[in-house]
Amino acid sequence: MISSILILTLIGMVLGLMLSAVNYFLPYKEDPQIAQITELLPGTQCGQCGYAGCGQAAAALINGKAPLTLCPPGGPSMARQLSEALGRPLEQQQPASPVLPSLAKVVSELCIGCTKCIQECPTDAIVGAPKQLHVVLNEACNGCGACVDACPTEGILLAEMQLNLSNWRWSKPPRPNPFRIPLAEMDGAQ
Amino acid sequence: MNEFFILLLGTALVNNVVLVQFLGLCPFMGVSSKIDSAIGMGLATMFVLTLATAASWLIEHYILLPLEVEFLRILSFILVIAGVVQFTEMCIRSLSPTLYQNLGIFLPLITTNCAVLGVALLNTQQNNSFLQSVLYGVGASLGFLLVLVIFAGLRERQALASTSKLFAGPPIAFITAGLLSMAFLGFSGLPLQ
Repeated sequence: MISSILILTLIGMVLGLMLSAVNYFLPYKEDPQIAQITELLPGTQCGQCGYAGCGQAAAALINGKAPLTLCPPGGPSMARQLSEALGRPLEQQQPASPVLPSLAKVVSELCIGCTKCIQECPTDAIVGAPKQLHVVLNEACNGCGACVDACPTEGILLAEMQLNLSNWRWSKPPRPNPFRIPLAEMDGAQ
Repeated sequence: MNEFFILLLGTALVNNVVLVQFLGLCPFMGVSSKIDSAIGMGLATMFVLTLATAASWLIEHYILLPLEVEFLRILSFILVIAGVVQFTEMCIRSLSPTLYQNLGIFLPLITTNCAVLGVALLNTQQNNSFLQSVLYGVGASLGFLLVLVIFAGLRERQALASTSKLFAGPPIAFITAGLLSMAFLGFSGLPLQ
């Protein structure tokens, strides 16, 4: 029994020596920039950014594939630190013009009156009867797109709402940008 | 020469390690969704299998048989396989980090690929010489690579085809694997002798 233990230990030791030799001759070099960014990120590997872990997120940040605001746990201060580390400015993410919602619209040449879209609509915004042309009520449609998938003839599509007197509103007053808090104020709060 | 060719062809096609002997099905189902990673996995397994068969033949004939400790065979073979896999992992990590990320968890899992241990044990069972053992390993891993790439190609096409909801995803993959296995059984009719 002693001999078998010795033999296995010997095989294991020889293998271990060989592996450490390989590790010495083929060292694993991590990209120093990736290591630096990974150090900045929370390191909890939560995956909320959509990448497998913080290392992959750091690689995507360096390639410019991911926005600086990708990390929900890190919040605004993380975005600012990343912007400093990568030398990329934080853009204001506000659309220049208000985007109007897309609403469903029946293409009258394609509608066969099958009522399938009516059954799918969660807000009862489509009116029509079997073998009759259907119509979307713009006031009730919330643009969820369920009817688009239900239509067998692709006769219903989402089109941007047309602005007219009946649906025009004053735009909301601009809110303060959460990324604009000065750095000193953030440090003082901590 | 002819004999070695027959051995190679026989292990790669007639006694295919995946589809005829049903060894190593885990990577066969797991890493076959993309051709690129299937080729990477096949080549990594090929490397491991060939090295492991050679190393296990040496251990069998220079340590286990002279010292009369044949009962340590499976244990020491697994030790050697684990070492070779670790060696492969280190090589891939420093030579191709992209492939390392693509293979992910399946790379260390080559250790538990029963094809690797199975081929090493079959070699001792058939009393093969060193050259025959290595060729057996190369043939088996060539067969593994071939089947993995064929299956990955089929699955890539299946992903684009319209499959009924009942069969979409893994079920149709399993059915395809069964059909592929039946197709490979046809190689047993090759007049190799």
